[in-house]
Amino acid sequence: MSDHDPLSYRRSSLRIVFSLLTIWFMASYVASILARDWLDANLPSIGHAPFGFWMSQQGSIIIFILLLIAYRFLMNRLDARHGLVDKD
Amino acid sequence: MSQDLWNYLFIGLSFAVYIFIAVRSRAGSTQEFYVANQGVSPFANGMATAADWMSAATFISMAGTVAISGYDGGRFLMGWTGGYVLLTILMVPYLRKFGKATVPDFIGDRYYSNFARLVAVICAIFICLTYIMGQMRGVGVVFAQLFNIEIWAGVIIGGAIVFFYAALGGMKGITYTQVAQYCVMAFSYTLPTILIAMTLTGNVFPQLGLIGSTVGENSQPILEKLNNVNIELGFSEYTAGNMSKLNMFCITAALMAGTAGLPHVIVRFFTVKDVKAVRTSCCWTLAFIGVIYLTAPAVGAFARINLIDKLHNTAYSEAPAWFAKFEETKQMSWVDKNNDGKIQYFGPGKATEGSSGAVFAGKPDFDKEAPRGLHGQRVPTNEVDLTNPNELYFGTDIMVMANPYMGGLPKWVIGFLMAGCIAAALSTAAGLLLVLSTSISHDLMKKILKPDLTDRQEMGYARGASAVALLVAIYFGINPPSAFIAKTVAFAFGLAASSFFPTLLIGIFSKRMGSTGAIAGMIAGITFTLGYIIYFQFNLPLVGKGSPDQYLFGITPEGIGFVGMILNFVVAFVVNSFTADAPQEVQDMVERIHVPTGASEASDH
Repeated sequence: MSDHDPLSYRRSSLRIVFSLLTIWFMASYVASILARDWLDANLPSIGHAPFGFWMSQQGSIIIFILLLIAYRFLMNRLDARHGLVDKD
Repeated sequence: MSQDLWNYLFIGLSFAVYIFIAVRSRAGSTQEFYVANQGVSPFANGMATAADWMSAATFISMAGTVAISGYDGGRFLMGWTGGYVLLTILMVPYLRKFGKATVPDFIGDRYYSNFARLVAVICAIFICLTYIMGQMRGVGVVFAQLFNIEIWAGVIIGGAIVFFYAALGGMKGITYTQVAQYCVMAFSYTLPTILIAMTLTGNVFPQLGLIGSTVGENSQPILEKLNNVNIELGFSEYTAGNMSKLNMFCITAALMAGTAGLPHVIVRFFTVKDVKAVRTSCCWTLAFIGVIYLTAPAVGAFARINLIDKLHNTAYSEAPAWFAKFEETKQMSWVDKNNDGKIQYFGPGKATEGSSGAVFAGKPDFDKEAPRGLHGQRVPTNEVDLTNPNELYFGTDIMVMANPYMGGLPKWVIGFLMAGCIAAALSTAAGLLLVLSTSISHDLMKKILKPDLTDRQEMGYARGASAVALLVAIYFGINPPSAFIAKTVAFAFGLAASSFFPTLLIGIFSKRMGSTGAIAGMIAGITFTLGYIIYFQFNLPLVGKGSPDQYLFGITPEGIGFVGMILNFVVAFVVNSFTADAPQEVQDMVERIHVPTGASEASDH
């Protein structure tokens, strides 16, 4: 536990949280709802589906799953760097 | 073998498995009853959470909603998966570290007030009851279809089964039953869709079929075909949708925040060993949920194509046999408005200005003794709406179940799907029932009213509370306040989004928030949301029922939870600026929940 600095741990973990939430917001609200008309018109279709439509029905869900995997990886790495691991 | 036999075989087999598991792992102590001794592996918990989470609404109703509303259906797809990102990143690792058995427990301790605990208990009861109603309705629809009985009888049968193993097994029994239920659900949902995708699009993966083209001579992209058909029949384009951006935004946000605030989901993550296991478990959960959610849009699109192909402009006498079957259970109905003997299906675009496009008012009802119509069809007693040419009624909830019939799949696939529908409704109902009974026995009786309860008595209260809660849920399952299962359930999310989500979030991330502010926020949020929903959904004696033009900024009751959530945040911080901050020892406690180690020691209560 010697290299554990609570303040820098908090700051790093909040940074992870905020960056993942930004991606989350972009994938769901921005790409699938707010800007979807523009994306439908200007980005290439996924197969035969307009981009924004595909994001709302498939893409966003795939991104959510990837975000959780990233969260697990980043937080476990952060814990290990700060020596915050339960001994089994 | 007949269809009925296949149905009984699959459902009978799956029930035998569930009951075997429930009996093998029945709970002996409250610790086992509430959190399964915190000994569940992240993988098993992921599967169980997925089953707990995916309700009859997801399984039966969601694809139907997507089929009818196309792009607009995305609000459910995104809302019910995106919430897991919030749940994982902002809530459960911290709540697990805190290590109590229930959500009101956290609120009671974090806000050092039994009154806060009581408000949380009441919120939990409201949320779970609203939610469980949707499940009971779902069970009823499936059983009605299955045994050719009325929906009310189906609701009662379902209730009896849920009570049997939720009250017996507690969290431990439920968890392992849910693992089995997830497997049944996932296979029975994807298998019919894969078979339909292969015949319709030539693609093994439904997800690729959705963005692919139809097979045959006049090959054309699935979505283009849907858009053309929709326009031709007077609906809006499948990929365009009808809903305003603001409303879509609010509903999606309410569903996401609601997901992250649902007590029966949060409590599932208290069953694993430590914070690290919580993170792993969340990944598994969303991956398992994704299997079904990524398939649902394909189910919806294929079902719509098949429905229109098979029924529109088909003479009733030549309609497929399943149509008469669904007619008997009042899930589909036909009124020959233009007397040509053919079924016509049209959207609002073909109707005169101001018409709803519905065949008749309300849900179809017919007199079993009354003579049949000219073509052998059942004649609904509803008043027929002649302002539009639409002749076909079908319930949204029937789409998934009708899908294999429409696709002409073998009988055993349909039997398997029925077992999946029932697994979906039972697993969620059981999880909810558990939270309801714990809220009453643990939070209300043990922590507030009678602190000297023994373990044994507490279990007795838990089982008694399940019975009462279930009776109420059965009543509302028979008389649902909303037409679609998915909508009833959406209200539960609104309530969770406006009460638990903000209060938990502030409790975790703000050290200083005191009890007065938090309680005021919680009450303001849930009262506003509940009031708005009741005003627009029920016909009240004094004020009457609100009409859609009175909606606040055009936000429907489904999305109002998002506004309620903001209200909760604002009220909490404003009130807190005038009242006392949390005491030092509570602030220290909040500091500690941000350190991920040592979660297992803290779990005694």
